[in-house]
Amino acid sequence: MHEKQRLRRTMMFIPGNNPGMMRDAHIYGSDSLMFDLEDSVSMAEKDAARMLVYNALKTIDYGKTELVVRINPLDTPYGRADIEAMVCAGAHVLRMPKTETANDIIECEKVIAEMEKKHGIPVGTTLMMAAIEGALGVINAYAIATSSKRLIGIALGAEDFCANMKCQRTLSGAELQLARQTIVLAARAAGIDALDTVYSDVNNEEQLLYEARLIKDLGFDGKSVINPRQIAPVHSVFNPTEKDITKAKKIVAAIKEANAKGSGVISLNGKMVDKPVVLRAQRVIELAIVSGIITKEEVDAL
Amino acid sequence: MKNDIGHEISPALAKKLGLQVHKKATVKDTATLAERLQKNGKLMDSLEDAIRAAGLKDGMTISFHHHFRDGDYVLNDVVKKISEMGYKDITVASSSLSNAHAPLVEYIKNGTVTALQSSGCRGKLADAISKCEVTLKQPVIFRSHGGRASAIANGSLHIDIAFLGVASCDALGNASGTNESGESMCGSLGYARVDARYADKVVLLTEKLAPYPNLPASIPATDVDYVVKVDAIGDSSKISSGATRYTKNPRDLMIAESAAKAIIASGYFKDGFSIQTGSGGAALAVTRFIEGEMSEKGITADFALGGITSQIVKLHEQGLVKKVLDVQGFDGEAARSIRDNPGHIEIDGNQYASPFNEGSAIHQLDVVILSALEIDTHFNVNVLTGSDGIIRGAIGGHPDTAECAALTVIVSPLIRGRIPCVVDKVGCLITEGSVCDMLVTDVGIAVNPRRPELADRLKAAGLTVKTIEQLRDEAYAVVGKPDDLKFGDKPVAVVTDPQGRALDVIYNVVQ
Repeated sequence: MHEKQRLRRTMMFIPGNNPGMMRDAHIYGSDSLMFDLEDSVSMAEKDAARMLVYNALKTIDYGKTELVVRINPLDTPYGRADIEAMVCAGAHVLRMPKTETANDIIECEKVIAEMEKKHGIPVGTTLMMAAIEGALGVINAYAIATSSKRLIGIALGAEDFCANMKCQRTLSGAELQLARQTIVLAARAAGIDALDTVYSDVNNEEQLLYEARLIKDLGFDGKSVINPRQIAPVHSVFNPTEKDITKAKKIVAAIKEANAKGSGVISLNGKMVDKPVVLRAQRVIELAIVSGIITKEEVDAL
Repeated sequence: MKNDIGHEISPALAKKLGLQVHKKATVKDTATLAERLQKNGKLMDSLEDAIRAAGLKDGMTISFHHHFRDGDYVLNDVVKKISEMGYKDITVASSSLSNAHAPLVEYIKNGTVTALQSSGCRGKLADAISKCEVTLKQPVIFRSHGGRASAIANGSLHIDIAFLGVASCDALGNASGTNESGESMCGSLGYARVDARYADKVVLLTEKLAPYPNLPASIPATDVDYVVKVDAIGDSSKISSGATRYTKNPRDLMIAESAAKAIIASGYFKDGFSIQTGSGGAALAVTRFIEGEMSEKGITADFALGGITSQIVKLHEQGLVKKVLDVQGFDGEAARSIRDNPGHIEIDGNQYASPFNEGSAIHQLDVVILSALEIDTHFNVNVLTGSDGIIRGAIGGHPDTAECAALTVIVSPLIRGRIPCVVDKVGCLITEGSVCDMLVTDVGIAVNPRRPELADRLKAAGLTVKTIEQLRDEAYAVVGKPDDLKFGDKPVAVVTDPQGRALDVIYNVVQ
């Protein structure tokens, strides 16, 4: 199985028919790359895009970046072929678009398992994520989030959602508030990640930052991006502050001290540190290392 | 013997001193200033008259400047007129040739133009030369900007007539690359000034005559023979395009940011340093990423040199760059600044980059950032021919500055399209690897093994340092090792080094 728990601050969309963007998309440092075989590829190019993404995944060394592929739904003529090719290519995660019910995931999972068996890949290797892009999907969010052990997260697709809701995207994001909160709630209840929708105006960094701060406050793990220029601003929001890091370092030091003493109780300045505080501190440290603010050696030396 | 006025002059003494004997003054011109400006011996009614008056003959060399880059009209208009007038066998020695000069193909075909000398060549003209679709009497001679300026000064490039477009000019030829209205400005006339000084005859073309005296002037009237008013000299909006664009490309910006970090860590980023950013999106963008560090640490540059951009102007106006030495403006903002800022100073091609004079500005350069089309594992750089062997670039000041700067930083993406930019051997040698200190790509930095201390400083700053062989291997791993190009046996161009020596030969491509 590929790594299920990992940092997913940014997931960059790469159209599956664009070799120029595909060949080294990882150099910009997004945590995940999402190769799209669905909406950004026209009917006439579906087969070519599938071949291209397959070969890219097989040939190019994307380093430690998580590799996600958005496949076409199973009720289209391309869904099964997409799953087979991407399972064989070793995609880490298959993203199911327009998920409305748990059954959508269960059906896809059956095909994934079938393809894994067919090609001698251990069953369960390929992970999944579900994009929720309509009212029904939001209502079923928890059922979807708990429908498969392969799921790493659920994501909001705002454009389709707004079309379905007969509303417009606004600057405040009021139209997405309930959907976002429902999704993050369902994800947390299921113990998986919550991932936010794209912001499509690449020239408006201010609004991107606003959205990133908003969804971080709501509890999301990250946001999809459509351009390398959007990566740094989103990371800047998700990266811990100096104050967070200082506090987290103290807690991590306290954990080590407790471990050294063989004590199950972690205390800092004479007070007991609760489990959630410990978890949060560990997450802050992990984020700070990945974002290059501190080094692993520094943490080991604590 | 007596002179015309009746004073005794010894013929032997005059001869000994090499002096002629005075003759009586001709009839004095009693016209007013206004009348003289209306009608003088320099002011020509038409381009045709100016060409005739300058004494153009078959077989001569004429020169142009490329300060309008892709927006230049002068070269095409003059060559068209010369062709219409029936002249043949003309050598065109422009400071550079761009996409705008595709019409030259026709004038080579009809025999008007039979030789070219330039810093670079692009577009249809370059294609036609590389593919032998046009025949010149000798290979094109490519020179660097410093190499051209010194070749003109020492006579190895002799210009019979220079045709120079200027943004403002009075009726006697005091000319500048700027004007009050801001229309058709190219800013610095740095390269043109060398032509004006050394050409046998100088014809200036301008859109609107400025009142006399149009001073201070880039080109003084004393260097000018003829002035002619034309409808248009160029489209200044096209100066900032292609190689001089203001990039928003995330890859360029990423490379620029790494290059800035490398410069900051290099040991050369100190108060009073000097810097030049060469053409190319990433190279020019480096300025944007050192600005913050300069203001934060209170570091100012004593001067910025070269092709000047709005980004350099911004630093100058913020007080972060004390003097701007401008041989060529890369955008409208640079043109405006050279007109308005006293610390923004025009220098000519020799003051900029004469290889033979230690006083030229490149010899005082700490850091230069330069682009590359290709760089090989010996750090040799090609900026002139593409991976298909076709001419598609310009030498510019690349080898001049690379040789002289204390720190020469080459910036390039690892791959362009399906083309690896780090290769085993460059197709055309422009700048030798021994003077290129580091290569900054989008996947890491390679430091020339000749500069181990630089590699140590970069590593200490946490930058990703790889060997250049590693970078080549990474490029080949994605796009494969390119097949060797097939060239014909006809030399279409010769590349010279800044000192004017033959450096490499470009052969025709075989389809």
